[in-house]
Amino acid sequence: MASIDQSAPVPLDAEEMRRLRTARIERVGKWVLPLAIMCLAIFLWDRIVVWNEIPHYILPRPIDVLGALIDDRALLFSSLLTTLRITGLSLLLAVVGGVGLSVLFAQSKWVEMSFFPFAIVLQVTPIVAIFPLINIYVDNQTAKLLLCAWIVAFFPILSNTTLGLNSVDRNLRDLFKLNGATRWQELWHLRLPAAMPYFLGGLKIAGGLALIGAVVAEFVAGSAGQSSGLASRIIESGYRLRTARLFAALILISLTGIVIFMTLTWISHMMLRRWHESALKQER
Amino acid sequence: MKPPGGAPLLIMRAVGKTFSNGVTALDRVDLTLREGDFLSLLGPSGCGKSTALRIIAGLSSPTTGVLDWRGPPLAQTDIGFVFQEPTLMPWASVFDNVWLPLRLKGVSRREATPAISALLERVHLTGFENAVPRELSGGMKMRVSIARGLVTKPRVLLMDEPFAALDEITRFKLNNDLLELWQDERFTVVFVTHSVFESVFLSNRIVVMAARPGRVFEEVEVDAPYPRDEVFRTSADYAALCRKTSDVLSRAMDAPALTKAGAFDGVH
Repeated sequence: MASIDQSAPVPLDAEEMRRLRTARIERVGKWVLPLAIMCLAIFLWDRIVVWNEIPHYILPRPIDVLGALIDDRALLFSSLLTTLRITGLSLLLAVVGGVGLSVLFAQSKWVEMSFFPFAIVLQVTPIVAIFPLINIYVDNQTAKLLLCAWIVAFFPILSNTTLGLNSVDRNLRDLFKLNGATRWQELWHLRLPAAMPYFLGGLKIAGGLALIGAVVAEFVAGSAGQSSGLASRIIESGYRLRTARLFAALILISLTGIVIFMTLTWISHMMLRRWHESALKQER
Repeated sequence: MKPPGGAPLLIMRAVGKTFSNGVTALDRVDLTLREGDFLSLLGPSGCGKSTALRIIAGLSSPTTGVLDWRGPPLAQTDIGFVFQEPTLMPWASVFDNVWLPLRLKGVSRREATPAISALLERVHLTGFENAVPRELSGGMKMRVSIARGLVTKPRVLLMDEPFAALDEITRFKLNNDLLELWQDERFTVVFVTHSVFESVFLSNRIVVMAARPGRVFEEVEVDAPYPRDEVFRTSADYAALCRKTSDVLSRAMDAPALTKAGAFDGVH
């Protein structure tokens, strides 16, 4: 492999200089622009409240929301932990259930043909409509929320991993057959690694859905006394017209979603960066 | 060097393959593969060369006829296969890709290391053990694929148009290296190609096939001595052999299609 001597910079022509400059501006702009827009929006929000003398229980000023975040931090963070626990656990169960089922499906076309339609039924029925039933049959509050979030989150993992397990290069499968590989060897050395990019794609979707599932479940479970997650804080603050706290809880949910997405994107990048096309683009 | 071709290794008798959609890919193929042969299957697209190769590999079963393997009973490790594409596992390193056939047999990394290092040296890939396929050029990927095909020390190496997708310079280089390996290791090769030049350069026997249905048309003996090198590639002998083979191939391509009953229908 040829190595380029970095010590003596080659003089660039005008076109290349321009390209280099554009690339540098884009790199900075990618971060600076959204931040600037956000600051501007917050500033406008504040001004609108002040100019129109909007009462704080309708729309609080950003500074009030920040105040609520700080003053109610004990309450809000314990609620955040509750929501995070449900989200994390249901995502974990979604991974175990989704991958487990797809491996089972990959073992036999018959199993897949028999059970896949039911997974779809579970997916397309809105969780809000199923929840009252779960509410009747399941007593434990945590189990209720978990089940609800799991139903929402497991399908993308199941569907993507099944697709991945079935998208193995035909020649590679022949190679395994030629070498007398057992079913288990084929699964472990060929199908699971080949399905990894698909699984990680599903995981990214499922991470967001698990949070949505957890929040929706809390909402539907309703009565604030029963659960203590962020969604309950939102409902409770709504009833009590503590709009600043409502906003604070909302911001926390939003941030949680962003952190989950970024973490899963990072995991995915680290696992695929050496070999998969999707991860290569980011390198250049 | 003495011309290759020892005792019969595989005798194919009236081997045919008809797919479930009614297409007859192979029709009554009789072929004897001898120990140490470098045999090329040459023919236009759709003449059943790849189907024949898959049947020899055991990846596909013949509809009619028998495959009679001679000598000691054939083990799974006795057949190496090199596909048209490098067909490497993109997530695995060069070492792991070559190790695969041994690994599936339960050979540990440590046990396999000496053999794999030696083999990678033979295919000029020393130093690339830890590279993943995307870091390699097309030619290097093919070398990994050949090393993987040879890692079990097979008696027969089956190659399905392995160099078709490579540029000419790389192909010439790989042709030379493959011949060198073959002469040193003395395995038997069945090589599918649609290149007259490649088949003449490499093989001691060329089986020219015709299409609709796929069948053996004529066999050409390439009696030029080994080792063959760049001098041979530009010699008058080579040109004459290419012309002769080319003529046979043209006649094979002009051969009328046979209907099921064996009558000529003459429609192309």
